[in-house]
Amino acid sequence: METFVNAVLLTLLAFATLGVIWQRSLFGVVILAGIYSFLMASVLIVLDAVDVAMTEASVGAGISTIVLLATLFLTQSRENPRPRNVLLPLFVAASVGAALIWGTFSLPPFGVADAPIHQHTVPYYLHQSINDTGVPNVVTAVLADYRGYDTLGEVTVIFTAGIGVMVLLRGRRRRDKKGGSAAS
Amino acid sequence: MKLDVILRVGVKLILPSLLLFALYVHFHGDYGPGGGFQAGVMSAAMVILYGLIFGIKAAKRVVPQGLVERMVPLGVLVYLSAGIPALFEGHHFLDYGVLSHDPVHGHEYGILLVETGVLITVSSTMTAIFYAFAERGRS
Repeated sequence: METFVNAVLLTLLAFATLGVIWQRSLFGVVILAGIYSFLMASVLIVLDAVDVAMTEASVGAGISTIVLLATLFLTQSRENPRPRNVLLPLFVAASVGAALIWGTFSLPPFGVADAPIHQHTVPYYLHQSINDTGVPNVVTAVLADYRGYDTLGEVTVIFTAGIGVMVLLRGRRRRDKKGGSAAS
Repeated sequence: MKLDVILRVGVKLILPSLLLFALYVHFHGDYGPGGGFQAGVMSAAMVILYGLIFGIKAAKRVVPQGLVERMVPLGVLVYLSAGIPALFEGHHFLDYGVLSHDPVHGHEYGILLVETGVLITVSSTMTAIFYAFAERGRS
């Protein structure tokens, strides 16, 4: 059953990707990207990564779709004509893809218990996090407690990104007002 | 816009449950999937949905822009404030054990405080970005 669900989801993912490539109207591309994110969230649910799936569905399919649509509203919504010479981009894409596939060959098989990532600190977190923090959800315990510095860094990154966007978009507007007839 | 009755009524039905679910995800993050980040995105999505359907002015009446822009740094400060008490007690920064007499309870409080900081920053940043884009469109 899980194999069937995975096969359906991955096929739909491939179709969404091809649609993004072939679609010329950027509105359609944004909607397809949202569908891609939603399918990706479903794949993550099948992989039992519910936290990541929730983030992907809300950020990838929700917020970023709206931000991209808002960007389209401010700019034009048709893709520029394709460049004549496609050989170099095709070569770069093919070689990067081949390198990534080659890299997966040296990964341990999916889901095995004795993979290196399950040997290092994971057993400690799984056994001790309830005693250390009193929080049953190990993901929350690791994110907010054991890896508190990392999460602080992430919050600072979001803070910086928000300030940056606000300064860029609002600063420009104020100058437009002062300049009077600066058409945008 | 004025004629979208189904959208307006439907959104009004969805909004309270969306906010309630965001709060559930936040406060239940210790037990189930999710946490401050997901809850922040959901509560921002609530404001954005309201702004999309009822107009940006109505959204700014409910959630003023000045408040949103003050909340962006406030969340980071809330996060930092969870780590400061440990420094006075001679522990490491962000060691939540000192927040309560029982170290385990202290860790629980610390995690909730930290997640609240994440919630505040994430929700206000997403809303502020949406406001910034919407403002550009009108000028």
